[in-house]
Amino acid sequence: MGKRILSCAEALSEALHEEMERDDSIFIIGEDITAHDGIFGQFKGLYKRFPDRVIDTPISETCIIGAGLGAALTGMRPLVDMHFADFVTTAMDEIANQTAKIRYMSGGQVSIPMVIWAPDGGGLRAAAHHSQCLESWFVHLPGIKVVIPSEPADVKGLIKSALRDDDPVIFFQHKRLFSEKGPVPEGEYLIPLGKADIKRKGSDITIITYSRMTYLCLEAAKTLKDEGIDVEIIDLRTLKPLDFELISESISHTYHALIVHEACLTGGFGAEIAALIGEKLFDYLDAPVRRLASKDVPIPFSPVMEDYVIPQVKDIIDAVKETLRG
Amino acid sequence: MKISKKEKLKLYRKMLLIRAFEEKAGLLFKEGHVPGFIHLSIGEEASAVGTCSVLREDDYIASTHRGHGHLIAKGADPKFMFAELLGKATGYCKGKGGSMHIADFSLGILGANGVVGGGFPIIIGAGLSIKLRKTKQVAVVFFGDGAANRGTFHEACNMASIWKLPVVFVCENNLYASTTPAKYALAGGSVAKRASAYAIPGYEVDGNDVLSVRETVGRAVKRAREGKGPSIVENRTYRFRGHFEGDPQRYRTEEEIQQYLKNDPIERFKKILLRDGILSESEDNRMRREVQDEIEDAVRYAMESPFPKPQDALSDLYTNWRIDNG
Repeated sequence: MGKRILSCAEALSEALHEEMERDDSIFIIGEDITAHDGIFGQFKGLYKRFPDRVIDTPISETCIIGAGLGAALTGMRPLVDMHFADFVTTAMDEIANQTAKIRYMSGGQVSIPMVIWAPDGGGLRAAAHHSQCLESWFVHLPGIKVVIPSEPADVKGLIKSALRDDDPVIFFQHKRLFSEKGPVPEGEYLIPLGKADIKRKGSDITIITYSRMTYLCLEAAKTLKDEGIDVEIIDLRTLKPLDFELISESISHTYHALIVHEACLTGGFGAEIAALIGEKLFDYLDAPVRRLASKDVPIPFSPVMEDYVIPQVKDIIDAVKETLRG
Repeated sequence: MKISKKEKLKLYRKMLLIRAFEEKAGLLFKEGHVPGFIHLSIGEEASAVGTCSVLREDDYIASTHRGHGHLIAKGADPKFMFAELLGKATGYCKGKGGSMHIADFSLGILGANGVVGGGFPIIIGAGLSIKLRKTKQVAVVFFGDGAANRGTFHEACNMASIWKLPVVFVCENNLYASTTPAKYALAGGSVAKRASAYAIPGYEVDGNDVLSVRETVGRAVKRAREGKGPSIVENRTYRFRGHFEGDPQRYRTEEEIQQYLKNDPIERFKKILLRDGILSESEDNRMRREVQDEIEDAVRYAMESPFPKPQDALSDLYTNWRIDNG
């Protein structure tokens, strides 16, 4: 099977074209998605191809999520565009109290096949209302699956799986990765939810990361290689369900673990992974597990401050060395 | 709206059934059989029955925390409802929902809801889904005067109007949102009048007159089914019991309650039926006995039903993934 080079945005829209062609119960709903194919161009060509199934809404987030939820309860498979991940706050009741709980509260009477698509992340000098990484909120919410891919091929394979999944999935895509390009297989393929991927094989330390930080970790690994440090990088891709098996396999031969994410440190998903490693892999560890994450502040506007708050390649290099020093 | 004598008696019987259910539920609560807390709809039967009498089985309703009457009116079975109230494995939600979350998706009951105003976004989704699937169903959301002050109400009215969704907003204005009088909290003093801002019909109805409710909701449902869009129907009513069972009700006087008790929707309808020769006292007695027997049978079923196993708490969350961290 051949491969093409596509951006993350192109991989997404290609996947959506294929899925909407395959299943006419899939529709996309959100703010500003018809005029410019989505504010990041992420829905390229979809409105033209499926004019009845790409639906612009008023600025009404509670009812945008509700529109997805009510439709999912009655036979449709919506993809709800949250515009910016930050805006989930304006529809949190609909996500947390309704979407995540209705199947359970009803004793399993219904499935809710719904994808909440949420572009997240900083680095765009967009300040605190347009830069957050909120994945850990949803990991902490029973009833929702959390997908957060990095590279284009994973975006495509995972969004297709998310759309075919019968449970609500929140699907984060980092805004700074939309134009990031990579090889994408030709033809139909799916990546199952809950499967992590090793993006770089190595023997000295395991970095567990996801989303944009995967790229920064790969960058750091290049420098570290020159210094004789061989890094293994796991891109989790899905936080819930979590592929802890792959983490175990990796740490059982590297004996060191560093977790890197862009969301702020305290209560972040890194804490969960660190706890699991502590509980289940303590005997394998030659040094304490470390976490590298954004500092515990809202994302500041001024670039000098934003770059100080969000981990950079150099921070990752330093954190790897500190972890290895024990 | 034409209605046969037989149908009138059906409405009357349904109202009696709801009253008997609620009175029994109150008793079971008092006796300690019902965990948590319950909200009874005694005094509001005309709204539930009048509304649901013009709906098809495949039409949808979204209900509220005071939902028992709506559910029975839409066809829910009291025995599975009682079982749910008692937290039994045979309840509608296998004991996972309780009074405020009863649903029967096979009857178009999208669920009672523990969040005031939580039904609006869901009904928008149901309405949108009907439109996308091109069926001729109608979606009704019940809500109270309190919910009319939530942002979800505004978002839903606006969205339903611009998309001409087949939705009917049925307000049960019972004068109090928990302890807070509508006189204090409802700007403009009328939910129906808010309709004009959304360019949709709004009706104020004597909500204790089942035939008026039926007539008006019937008009709104017809309009919705013909694709002409949503309406608001405000049924003016009064809850005879507290907000919840055990409510000290310091926000209203005994005199006020006594005054409204004279406006009992069941007694009013009975008088009309007697006057028109549709019902006799002996038939009324027979019907009440039948209803009472049905309720007693339902309670017996619920009482004799087993509780769920504690471990059942871990099922029914996801469709295709079982959590294992119990």
